[in-house]
Amino acid sequence: MSVHISTKEIKTKRTNYGYVGRRIGHDKPASRYQEAVYDLQPTTNFHYPPTWAKGKELYDVRNTSIVMEDWYSFTDPRQYHYSAYVMARAKQQESMDNNFKMAEKHNMLLSIPDELKESIKKILTPLRHVEYGANMNNQDICDRGYGSIITSLASLHGFDRIGISQYISKIILLIDENESVGLEQGRIDWLDASMWQPLRHAMEDIFVLDDWFEIMVAQNIVMDGLIYPLIFDQYIQEVSSKGGNTLILLTQFMSDWYAETIRWTNQLIKVVAKESDANNELLSSWVIKWTERLNKAVLPIAQAAFTDGGEDKLEEAKSELLARLVKQGLKI
Amino acid sequence: MAKKLNMRKRYELLTRGLGWEPTYQPKEKVFPQESYEGIKIVDWDKWEDPFRLTAEAYWKYQAEKDKKLYAIIDSFAQNNGHLNLTNASYINALKIFIQGVSPLEYGAHRGFANLARQFSGEGAQIACQMQSIDELRHVQTQIHTLSHYNKHFTGLHDPFHMHDRVWYLSVPKSYFDDARSAGPFEFMTSISFAFEYILTNLLFVPFMSGAAHNGDMATVTFGFSAQSDESRHMTLGLEIIKFIVEQHEDNLEIVQGWIDKHFWRAYRVLGLVSAMQDYMLPDSPMSWKEAWDIYFVDNCGALFKDLGRYGLRMPKFHEQATAEAEHLSHQIYFTLYQFSHAAAFQTEIPSKEKMDWLSEKYPNTFDKYYRPRWEMYAEMEKQGKRYFNAGLPQLCQVCQVPMCFTEISKGKPLDLSYRLSEYNGDKFHTCTDACKAIFDHEPEKYSHAWLPVHQIFQGNCGGEEISDVLKFYHFNPEDSGEYKGSADDISWRAAHGENNDIEESA
Repeated sequence: MSVHISTKEIKTKRTNYGYVGRRIGHDKPASRYQEAVYDLQPTTNFHYPPTWAKGKELYDVRNTSIVMEDWYSFTDPRQYHYSAYVMARAKQQESMDNNFKMAEKHNMLLSIPDELKESIKKILTPLRHVEYGANMNNQDICDRGYGSIITSLASLHGFDRIGISQYISKIILLIDENESVGLEQGRIDWLDASMWQPLRHAMEDIFVLDDWFEIMVAQNIVMDGLIYPLIFDQYIQEVSSKGGNTLILLTQFMSDWYAETIRWTNQLIKVVAKESDANNELLSSWVIKWTERLNKAVLPIAQAAFTDGGEDKLEEAKSELLARLVKQGLKI
Repeated sequence: MAKKLNMRKRYELLTRGLGWEPTYQPKEKVFPQESYEGIKIVDWDKWEDPFRLTAEAYWKYQAEKDKKLYAIIDSFAQNNGHLNLTNASYINALKIFIQGVSPLEYGAHRGFANLARQFSGEGAQIACQMQSIDELRHVQTQIHTLSHYNKHFTGLHDPFHMHDRVWYLSVPKSYFDDARSAGPFEFMTSISFAFEYILTNLLFVPFMSGAAHNGDMATVTFGFSAQSDESRHMTLGLEIIKFIVEQHEDNLEIVQGWIDKHFWRAYRVLGLVSAMQDYMLPDSPMSWKEAWDIYFVDNCGALFKDLGRYGLRMPKFHEQATAEAEHLSHQIYFTLYQFSHAAAFQTEIPSKEKMDWLSEKYPNTFDKYYRPRWEMYAEMEKQGKRYFNAGLPQLCQVCQVPMCFTEISKGKPLDLSYRLSEYNGDKFHTCTDACKAIFDHEPEKYSHAWLPVHQIFQGNCGGEEISDVLKFYHFNPEDSGEYKGSADDISWRAAHGENNDIEESA
């Protein structure tokens, strides 16, 4: 049965904000995403030159060598504005919270062999620091990037990394029964153990890159494109097969998150590469440069993570990444 | 049996030791902005993140808040909540808000991302990052809240385009550009302390209680929803100041200089708020002067008494701001009234009731100095000569407010106040001793200012005629001018079944 509720019809003056209407048509209703991300960033008539970037404006397209006619031609396929983002993450958080509670309540980690626990701690703990560095890189993109679509995305993406570093910390605390020794050892390994140094070195080299889009490629596309499939897919599967299947639950956020990330990074590469041959060449050269460097940097971690075949597994992750990027139009 | 961790300890473990200590790259290359302002930080670990909010907790709380907020925004739109306002003239306050304030929220989002990357201590990084993402929330929820109003009223349609160009919006824009173009510690002192801590109540309370008093449930809900974010930001503002000053004795003088300057810059921005509060709200919860007495004189007086332990004193020129409190809104609204043919809001002579309210709230000044001018304008309007100023105003080189202030602290409230500086052979005009002092301290910086009136005269704003400039601003003809008989007035009356014959009602 349907009931007709009589409401007062009021004719509107306009459908849209002007800045949205110019992009989607003035008569087409805007989505919340469109209202929230298009053209918020100042573009002109800046009053004073920044003291921290000689010769540049406060917001400057010249902070990258990538050239776009319109920095708003890429949009996020997930359509994350702030509110949609926190709602999505709150839902995931709820399910992660249940996973952790269940693991704790049923002492699910007790059954994991000690040797495997040591491996998990050795491989996962220093990744807290990788995540933290990844966050810094995304804050940098938010700071120096161009256009409110890409910069707000980087802001949210960086926040996710803080979340992931905290999830890793929670896993280690759960294994260590809330003693801080594992976390402390992880920091020592990160700073000193030889298997982590090539990655830490690469990360610091990424911190000091001038071009924010190169940081985007090196961090969010190449480094994550190697580490996430290798660790949060293959390694966790291996851990699971050896009696640590609880880890699948405890890293669910990370695997879901990476699957989600691929959606926007693919779209970003596709749109930017399609814009011009020059962009395509630049992106391709960055992908080649950083894949080579980071593949070497991740190799000792791959070797330590798997009893055998670590190198092949990394190779597999790399080929998948490159094949995916070729599909988006890169010439590599 | 695992040992129990309290919240504080747990938070510490989740975040401890994550700050980056580079060894492959020099620290000054990884954090290039940390030292050039002269601020010396000895130990970042002394910075305690005041919020101790994990990412998980943040997602959860913020999602709950947003769920409630958007439910109300949706129902407000569905039920045409705008019809329950006291009067459509109230919307002029919202126009100033979305054109002048929302773009600043976006600027803060980017600015705090800069700090989150450039500070090397993780406590400061994470706190700044939280603020950055909160500011993104604020600009986006403001857009969504006001979206419904934009469908029914004028002047709300292109705020970000306007903010980059329009003359009165260069007041907030130049203030923010001032902070953003400085280094990270000065930005933080300006935005987190001078603006968010000292003056935020003077921005937020008038707008949000103004909304409540005038039936704007959507904006009120947004205001309440933002309040818990704001209180985090205020805490951050106070913490950072104490932290910097405690880190090294050389920091005190630098920070005090920034407080002096940015207090005054931010205060000048609030001049627009004072006019909105006293004149544009059909029903005003409190006057500018009352708000100033409570939130500045009392609260900040107490605050600086407390900060005296750290060697900090009240901002320079605060006496002048207090002396101006009985004049500020009147002088600014007169200016807006005269130039509203070139603004994306409308103005009108205050009603009889409003004038009586102003007399009551400003017993020392309104009847003596300002009522007679309104009566003169009313007389002119009656004769069909509603007064608009045909010229373009001279702007202060620093605050960019038209030169409308008088020599109040010299006891001559009828004499226009202006100051002159010379730099590199050019003359620069400022509105007060305070703005002149700011100019003279950094003449190179302020000589760069993009002054809208100069730009119009130089032909950089769409053309020679005012109509060209308004087109360049993306104004529509119905956005500007006199409120009575404006498009908003007419459609409001029509929606409320009132007679639209202006002649008769005037």
